[in-house]
Formats: sequence, C-alpha cells, structure tokens
Amino acid sequence: MFEALQFEFMRNALLAGLLASIICGIMGTLVVVNRIVFLSGGIAHAAFGGIGLAFFCGWHYMVGTIGFSIAAALIMASITLKARHRADTIIGVIWAVGMATGIILLDLTPGYNVDLMSYLFGSILTVPDSDLWMMLGIAIGILAIVVYFYHDYLALSYDEEFAQIRGVRVRPLYFLMIAMLAVGIVMIIQVVGLILVIALLTIPPYIAEKYSKSLIKMMVLSSLLSAMFTVIGLWLSYALNLTSGASIILVAGLGFLASFGLDYALPNWSARPGK
Amino acid sequence: MVYPIIEIQNLNFSYNSHPVLRDVDLTVNQGDFVAMIGPNGGGKTTLLKVMLGLLNADSGAVRVFNKPPQDVSHRIGYVPQDVNINKNFPISALDVVLMGKLRPGRGWSRHSSRDRLAAVDALDQVAMKKFRDHRIGELSGGQKQRVFVARALVTDPELLLLDEPTASIDAKGQHEFYSLLKELNKTITIIVVSHDIMAIAGSIKSVICVNRRLHYHGQAELTGEMIEMMYDCTADETCPVELIAHGLPHRVLHKHE
Repeated sequence: MFEALQFEFMRNALLAGLLASIICGIMGTLVVVNRIVFLSGGIAHAAFGGIGLAFFCGWHYMVGTIGFSIAAALIMASITLKARHRADTIIGVIWAVGMATGIILLDLTPGYNVDLMSYLFGSILTVPDSDLWMMLGIAIGILAIVVYFYHDYLALSYDEEFAQIRGVRVRPLYFLMIAMLAVGIVMIIQVVGLILVIALLTIPPYIAEKYSKSLIKMMVLSSLLSAMFTVIGLWLSYALNLTSGASIILVAGLGFLASFGLDYALPNWSARPGK
Repeated sequence: MVYPIIEIQNLNFSYNSHPVLRDVDLTVNQGDFVAMIGPNGGGKTTLLKVMLGLLNADSGAVRVFNKPPQDVSHRIGYVPQDVNINKNFPISALDVVLMGKLRPGRGWSRHSSRDRLAAVDALDQVAMKKFRDHRIGELSGGQKQRVFVARALVTDPELLLLDEPTASIDAKGQHEFYSLLKELNKTITIIVVSHDIMAIAGSIKSVICVNRRLHYHGQAELTGEMIEMMYDCTADETCPVELIAHGLPHRVLHKHE
C-alpha cells in the first residue's frame, strides 16, 4: 500500500476516495433516512443528460452537468412532494429520458466520444488536482450547511409534519438538501462513476444506521465505513490489478453482507430492534 | 372569562376532489376538553390537520387564537396518530422529545441544559424517564405514544391536539393517561380523537362527532359521569349519541337536526 503512494495518481485517488467518503457519508445518511435512494439514482442517471448537453452546446463540462442535474433533481423532488404515490414512476421516467437524451446529444456532437464505462465506473486513477480542490470545496460546503441546519434536518427527516408545526421551513430545506445531493453526486460521478456513488450513498449508511443512536453519529460512522471500503478497495485493485471502482463496490458489498452476519451472530450489538 | 380558541366557519375540504369535510362550523372555547369521535375516514385527522395549518381548506374560515393556523402552530401541541414512522431511525427517546424545543432559525447549537431538563421532566410525566436513552425503535407502540405525548408537552402548548393517543396503551395505562390529561386540562385546552369513549368519559366536557359533517354536543348534554357511550354515525349523516351514566336514566342525546 505504502509503496503505491509514491505515485501521484495513487495519492490523488486516495484523496478523491476519502473526500467522496465524507460527502457520501453525510448525504447518504440523509438519503437513507429520508428514503430517497431512488431519487438519488434518478439524479445520478439524469446527470448524463447534462454531460451530453454540455458537450453539444460547447459549454464547460461542469456548468452543464451541475445545472442540468440540479434542474432534474428539483423537478423530481417537487413531484415527490406533490404526488407521493406517483413519485417512483415519474423519477423512473426522468431517469431514463435524461440518460437517453445525453446519449443522443453526444451522438449529434461531432468529434466527441465520451466513454460510457468511465461514466458508470469513473476514473478514480486519473483524478486531476483541480477536481480534488473542487471536491474539497463541495465537501466543506455540504458539511457547513448540514451542521448549521442539523436540528432542522433531524426533525424534518424524522417527522416532517411536526417539524412544520414547530416552524421549520420544511420545503426550502428539503429543496436545499436535494440540490446539495445533486451537486455532490455530479462531483463524485466524474471521479468515481455513478455506480460507486449509489453504492457509497446506500451501503455505509445502511450499516451505520444499525449501530448509531443519533443522526450525527450515523453520518460520522458512514463516512468512516466509506473511507475504509475505499482504501481497502483501492489497495486490492492496485495489488491484484483490478478495476478500482468495481473493487471498491465489491468491498462495500462484502461489508454489507458481513453486517448481516454480525447481526445474526451478535444480535445484541446492533441498536436496531428485531424485525 | 371564556373566549374562543378555535373558530371554524363553513369549512369544506376535499382530497383529490373527494369531499372529506363539508360545511363544518366549530367553536372551541378556552379550557374545553373535547372528545372527537366518528367513523374511520370520517375526517377526524383531516380536521386536526386543518387546525394545525398542515392542510389548507378549499373554502371557509379557520382561525386559531384568532390568527391563521400557520402563524400559531408552534403554540399547539400535536400527538400524531401514527407513531410508527421511521422505525429504524437512529434517534433516542430523549432526542425525539427535544424536537419539541425546536425553534425556527436557531441554527447550530447544542440543546441548553434547561431544554434537556424540561424534556426529561416531560418524559417523567408520562412515566418514560428511564427509557430516555433507548432508541425509539426499541420501544413498544404504547411507549412510543407516551414519548410523542411528552414531545407535545415539552412545547408548553396552550392547545393540545391528540390523534388517538391511547390506541396501543392498555386499559390501566389509558386510565393513568387520561388522569394526566385531566390534570393538564386545568391550564390547557384539549381536543382528543378517540375510539374508546369509555376510558375518556370521566375527563371530557364536550363531544364532537365528525362524519364529513360535524355535530357538537356541548357541556350541558354531558353532565354526570359517563360509563358507557354508544355512537353510530351512519351514512345518512345522523349521529345519535346514547349514554348510560350514573345517576341518569339511559338517555339519548338530541338527534342532529
């Protein structure tokens, strides 16, 4: 592991993984407790439409992608609030249409050919310094907002109606959360790919939820678990010459299974009541 | 001096163009203890949510503390019907109660020791103090309901709205719970939705039947201690309420119109 760190690309990959772990630990916790995993998947896939749009129009890559993702995310979120029982269908439609739009726009753009695989699994081994700085900025921004509004997010995640009665500005905060999620997802996608985003948004918080007595502990534990999966995955991919993104996901998946084993072997460990 | 806390005139509410409440008029005075009864789907929960400003009426006027409900909802304590939301949520009973101390725009700050003491006191009032560090999902339905009652109490409400607060509490617990409510009613106006009018009979001062339309039975009709109360709100929107009470002959409340 340590000899690997003499390469700059490995150091950058490690840093990118750790920053992604922080963003995913915080946002993933909110995603899991608010049960918007499907919405997150929708954002991640619809973001591809933004990539296509940016290339087609000749905009800067990040401007197009972040703008498109936030727009798609807020549309999905407002439909989720208005017609809950139809939300999954609408998200499914935007998910698929966003992605198809991206591919058609890339087809129509002369000279460009974005590799779909690198979008799906990312290219953590080729992260430039500029992306690291941007991830750091976004991680700090998300951390600051979530810490400042911690009590409000706790209340609106646990009991939205009660939060509203207590005067919490539920709607603006919900949309702010979705916008943060969209920015975080886009940032991480181009580094580690959309499949790894969804894996890191869901697996560590799911495990952490069982052993946490508060939302903030769940966020910290999720971030630590993500970091652990990322480091182990990266090391395995280096040692065994495997695809890095997929290695990290498989390590996380093994962690997921191990947590079930632990529940079974040591039922008193988990703070979650028996089913 | 008696003055109205809730004034509702000509309220109509429909959900997806399906009428839920029609032409509802209601005045609840300060100090009242109202039992709200009626069939499932009759609009009881909807009416509470309109009073809380969570739902907006199609037409009609709703004033709470002589203001629009959205502006005064923080003065109302609310115990929702469904306490089984988010079973796996990582939160302790004490932290659920502390949610009642939430103030808009307070930003990041730890709960003050005064807020913590108030929350522990509220848990003590509902006999849940020793469970304060338990995760909410570990508690039984009845225990959760007590925690939610404590959360409503810790807001220092002037009006308390409870939506079937004893649905999963056993008979003894219910008795204690309604004694507590009776005590609270000395300072707080209370509206409680209940299916089990027997348990509540010793405390209440008036009854409203909600079955799309609303019928109010005031204090005068409810003198004496009720031990049994039968009601049968039928589709033709009449609501004969019969009572058998100590010291009173079996009697039937006035038919609605």
